[in-house]
Amino acid sequence: MSAIPLSHILILASILFTIGFVGVIARKNTLFILMSLEVMLNAVGVAFIGAGSAWQQADGQVMFMLVLTLAAAEVAVGLALLIQMQRRFKSLNIDLLSKLKG
Amino acid sequence: MIELTLASLPFYPLISFLLLIAFGKRLSWHMASTLSVGAMALSTISSFIVINQLSSQSPVLTVHLWNWFELNLTDSALAQINMSFYLDGLSAVMISVVTGIGLLIHLFAAAYMKDDENFTRFMAYMNLFIVAMLILVLADNLVLLYLGWEGVGLCSFLLIGFWYQEKANVMAARKAFIVTRVGDTAMAIGLFMLFKELGQLNINALTESANILWIVGDEAPYWIALLLLGGAVGKSAQLPLQTWLPDAMAGPTPVSALIHAATMVTAGVYLIARMNGLFLLAPEVMNYVAWLGASTLLLAGIAALAQNDIKRVLAYSTMSQIGYMMLSLGAGAFSAGVFHLMTHAFFKALLFLTAGAIILALHHQQNLLKMGGLLKRLPFETALFAIGLVCLMALPGSSGFFSKEAIIAQLWSSNTAGPLLWYCAIFGALLTSIYSCRLFFLAFMGERRFEYALQPSSSKLLKLSLIALAVLSLIGGVFANTLEVSLSAVFLNTQPLNLNEPHWLHGVAIATPFVGIIFSWFYFSAYRRSGSSNSSNKAVFQDKPSTLVLFCRQGLGFDQLYNWLLVKPYCSLARLNRRDIFDQLIMLNAWYVGICHDVFKSSQTGKLRWYAAAIGLATALLLLSLSIEFYSLEAS
Repeated sequence: MSAIPLSHILILASILFTIGFVGVIARKNTLFILMSLEVMLNAVGVAFIGAGSAWQQADGQVMFMLVLTLAAAEVAVGLALLIQMQRRFKSLNIDLLSKLKG
Repeated sequence: MIELTLASLPFYPLISFLLLIAFGKRLSWHMASTLSVGAMALSTISSFIVINQLSSQSPVLTVHLWNWFELNLTDSALAQINMSFYLDGLSAVMISVVTGIGLLIHLFAAAYMKDDENFTRFMAYMNLFIVAMLILVLADNLVLLYLGWEGVGLCSFLLIGFWYQEKANVMAARKAFIVTRVGDTAMAIGLFMLFKELGQLNINALTESANILWIVGDEAPYWIALLLLGGAVGKSAQLPLQTWLPDAMAGPTPVSALIHAATMVTAGVYLIARMNGLFLLAPEVMNYVAWLGASTLLLAGIAALAQNDIKRVLAYSTMSQIGYMMLSLGAGAFSAGVFHLMTHAFFKALLFLTAGAIILALHHQQNLLKMGGLLKRLPFETALFAIGLVCLMALPGSSGFFSKEAIIAQLWSSNTAGPLLWYCAIFGALLTSIYSCRLFFLAFMGERRFEYALQPSSSKLLKLSLIALAVLSLIGGVFANTLEVSLSAVFLNTQPLNLNEPHWLHGVAIATPFVGIIFSWFYFSAYRRSGSSNSSNKAVFQDKPSTLVLFCRQGLGFDQLYNWLLVKPYCSLARLNRRDIFDQLIMLNAWYVGICHDVFKSSQTGKLRWYAAAIGLATALLLLSLSIEFYSLEAS
């Protein structure tokens, strides 16, 4: 099994990250924003795993476990907020939540 | 023990002032008047006890209370400024006038102001005034004197504007405050110069070292005396700072009697008498003092002839009598000036208070043209007013006679006055008797010119204080000898012997007021005639003044002159600079901060996606710049 070069993995990770980021800023629906965030987190995870295998270090996998846990926690909080948002605003449009403007 | 009595003098009214201010309207009339008048009575009794202790063996009494502060002249030399009281013949006269007349006026005021809703505030201010006045006259150094000086100015301001709901009163109070401030500034500069030259401000030490360091006619005493004269002129309403006094009559009548006739306005006279050692070193300034006094007494006499308000007549008459005092000081006749100060305090307080009683009976009518015929209706007040006028005109036997004749007698052969000023004084006496007669005829004789029923006050307090003042005015002349003795220790006798005076001088001086009375008997005959209610007589009392009369009534145009010369330019300058230029410079900072605020505010949209985009963009830019730097480092 020939090793996939690190640069390929990193390019894939950055493409995924960019897709996720564009999703975050382009989408108005909060549910989709959360999903895009998930994509971004996974992109980071891919980069960690790739780097860990390239340098033969366990740290990359440890970091991925951490990111996974973080993502799970974030989704729990995010979905709870989402439900509250749906209840209060009858909508999931993130642009409606702009009361903190100066 | 006696020192303690002296030291406690100003503290009785001070305590009363504090209590009255602290409890205010919670005090009933009885409590407030007992407190304030009682404090005054204590002060009066202790001042007489203290004065009785003065004798020819111990003509001076001092008491040191505490050290107020120290002034550095150089790094090593310190001048102590003490809270110390100094009592000699001159301040003894002053404290007896201030506390004695003050007590009688407090008594009167307690009855006069009884129905005012701010009675306690009024009595509190009156007490505070007495405190400041006592500090002024008892001060042993000029800084303490200045404290009292400003204190009486403050009380004058507060009391003129006592009925502050009316705009005219407030304007009058402000005018009095600002005009006297002009003089006070000159005086303060004089004090600075004095301290710079002599290194101390204790009055006795200062006079001593002035007499050692300087000779007559030096430049330093000339300027210092001139600046001190500025302060005296402002306080005593002399030319050219006299314009505030007639307007000050806006205050309640007891205030006019206490502050603007008997005590505060004579503070300038006191200052010059107190600093006589310095003034004697500057004969030119003495000459100016005499001329200022003479011109003020003539100007005020002429203005008094044209007034229709009873209190304004008395105000101008006060100015003119203080002019006599100044003239006397200028001529070097210090003790005559101080004597006139005392007798004037008696009879002018009497005149003002009686006028107050009349005004009260007439439902606050002050216009002489709407009085008339009071002789039969208010015989008690008329008699007292007549006594006051007799003293004012200096008819033989009255207290005013002794003091005014003493002044006039010393003018002719004085080095710093002279025959010309003697003629001025005689002409002033003539004017005095004419305006006094005019006032008397208008108010008390002739037909009555009011419709309503009179409401004379039946208060015993009021009558008691009036009678006491009338007695003092009548017999005030008996103090002449005691005063002469006690003042001889204070003032150096500088009067040359009367060598080449014409023999008719005294006769003319005594006859002058009678000439005035006879003249006005015929000239103002329309005012005193009664019964003939024909139309030609009515016309006399129609107020249609000619231009000349109007000019005199407005104080010979000084108000307009100052308005035109100072007030208007200043106001237009202020209007021009309404948006203060320095203010604008400072506001530049605020403007800059405001701009920054606007810029950052517009970035705070509240839209989460924009924030995320901004973070992303910033991170991208950061990474870009880092990588560019990294590669450029690699390349080199």
